Amino acid sequence: MSLDNKTLTMQKSSVKDKNIKKLCENGYILVILLLLYLPIILIIIFSFFNTSAFSFRKGFSFDSYASIFDPNNSAKLTESIKNTIVIAVISAVIATLLGTIAAIGIFSMKKRTRRIVENANQLPIINSEIVVAVSLMLFFVTLRIPEGYMRLIIGHISFCAPYVVLSVMPRLMQMDSNIYEAALDLGANPFRAMCRVIIPIILPGILSGFVMAFTISLDDFIITQLNKGSTTGIDTLSTYIYSTQHTAGGLKPYWFAVFSIIIVVMIGVLLLINLRKYRKNIPNKDA
Amino acid sequence: MSSKIQVLSNRVLKKIKGFRITRSVFAFPYILFLMLFVVVPLLILLVNAFVADGAITLRNFYDLIVDGASLKTLWFSLLVGFVTTVLCILIGYPVAYILSKRSAGRLIVLLFVLPMWVNCLIRTLATRALFESLNAEFGIGTLIFGMVYNYIPFMILPLHTTISNIDKSYSEAASDLGANSVTTFLKVNFPLSIPGLISGITMVFIPTISTFAISQFLGGTSSHLFGDSINTKFEHQLYGVGSVMSLIMLVLVLVSNFIISKVNKGETADNLW
Repeated sequence: MSLDNKTLTMQKSSVKDKNIKKLCENGYILVILLLLYLPIILIIIFSFFNTSAFSFRKGFSFDSYASIFDPNNSAKLTESIKNTIVIAVISAVIATLLGTIAAIGIFSMKKRTRRIVENANQLPIINSEIVVAVSLMLFFVTLRIPEGYMRLIIGHISFCAPYVVLSVMPRLMQMDSNIYEAALDLGANPFRAMCRVIIPIILPGILSGFVMAFTISLDDFIITQLNKGSTTGIDTLSTYIYSTQHTAGGLKPYWFAVFSIIIVVMIGVLLLINLRKYRKNIPNKDA
Repeated sequence: MSSKIQVLSNRVLKKIKGFRITRSVFAFPYILFLMLFVVVPLLILLVNAFVADGAITLRNFYDLIVDGASLKTLWFSLLVGFVTTVLCILIGYPVAYILSKRSAGRLIVLLFVLPMWVNCLIRTLATRALFESLNAEFGIGTLIFGMVYNYIPFMILPLHTTISNIDKSYSEAASDLGANSVTTFLKVNFPLSIPGLISGITMVFIPTISTFAISQFLGGTSSHLFGDSINTKFEHQLYGVGSVMSLIMLVLVLVSNFIISKVNKGETADNLW
């Protein structure tokens, strides 16, 4: 009886210890997360106070949002956003086409050649951005490729396509190769078999490759900055932000508004995409 | 004769129709693309490093060594990279470890990764605005804070993946055999998490020394990093010396990836995706 009591109290105290430990752990995670989100959240909060420092002095207003539409600000801003999106769409589409077809090809290569190609595919991914940027710049200068969109799109494809290959590859590996051969046996030619059988099976990989390529292209700063050319005046959002911060000190109120919109849109969209993936994965795990 | 031709043409047809041969052709456009826009640029970089005034020399290397400022920047960058990486490990390892034990861990890891999708410049400027409002002195301290802030998801993600994949029965076996939780961690879980740790280290260290925006915004006037000086060299048309510095960067990248592949022994390295 006394022994039982003793083990019971021991268990009780260990449960208590465990709870305290769990509380500490949760607290730690919470603090780090808060720190991580603090600057972003502050930007969003103060975008409603028309301030260039974090102060509530001017009171709640939408002035900083209104100032986006001030023609002084909006012309260059809309142009840079347009450039960013145009470049991202074109590069992501081409990178997805190129990368998907390449993945199918690489997948059916012999082991040794396949490894060489896969390693070459890793190069732009592992390489430091500044080296990619500089080497592309030297390449463009050496071959006298004119400054402009061409350079940027080639550059963006070159660091986006490898990610498409990487996201399509696992889907191909999961695919049952008998299905393709069955299609051939049933009279489909290789092209038809590819369109009707392989592509639908690897479609999720292609789509996530496209999303990845698109977001990486949107996000790029260093490679665009070094390859946009000084005379063309082409700016993407990143390089435009960089140039304005370089010349004038401090963050103007309207940047608070612009940043807030970008933050909310980016985080919102990616949260949606990832939550859908997360929900989809859970039943898979149980099955 | 004609039958011979028929046999031959049949064979050729078979080869063309053969599943493997027709399909690997699909990779050729991409291989060509990679050669042209990835491999050739790197070769041009290599050539540029050894060319000065139209002749093959080692002068660019000599110039770099004589010009102490660039080497100083390199050492400074390595130091900043080292401190940032250590801080990311110290802060990020417990996060990854705690989350790997929770059922909702994967969802919370997502929260850690999400800010990464906001443009790096925006996050950096947000941090700068925060420091400005606190009247903080910009220097190595703010620079390292910005780096840790920017790159810690790159540490947490591979660590979390690796630690979650460790078979729970190992640590159960260790505690059954009498090891306490500290010993179990040190002798079982930690060694098994090293592949994730190594890929986290490269994913933090390499970008830290090679970015150039963060240091300009957060480092004050004196704290320039290696990426900054590469950029400045190319801005001033000093292609030779700039190429040598990029080559040093490239060697660092290749060495660290070689180490990763050795540690992971054939397993694919965890990257962000």
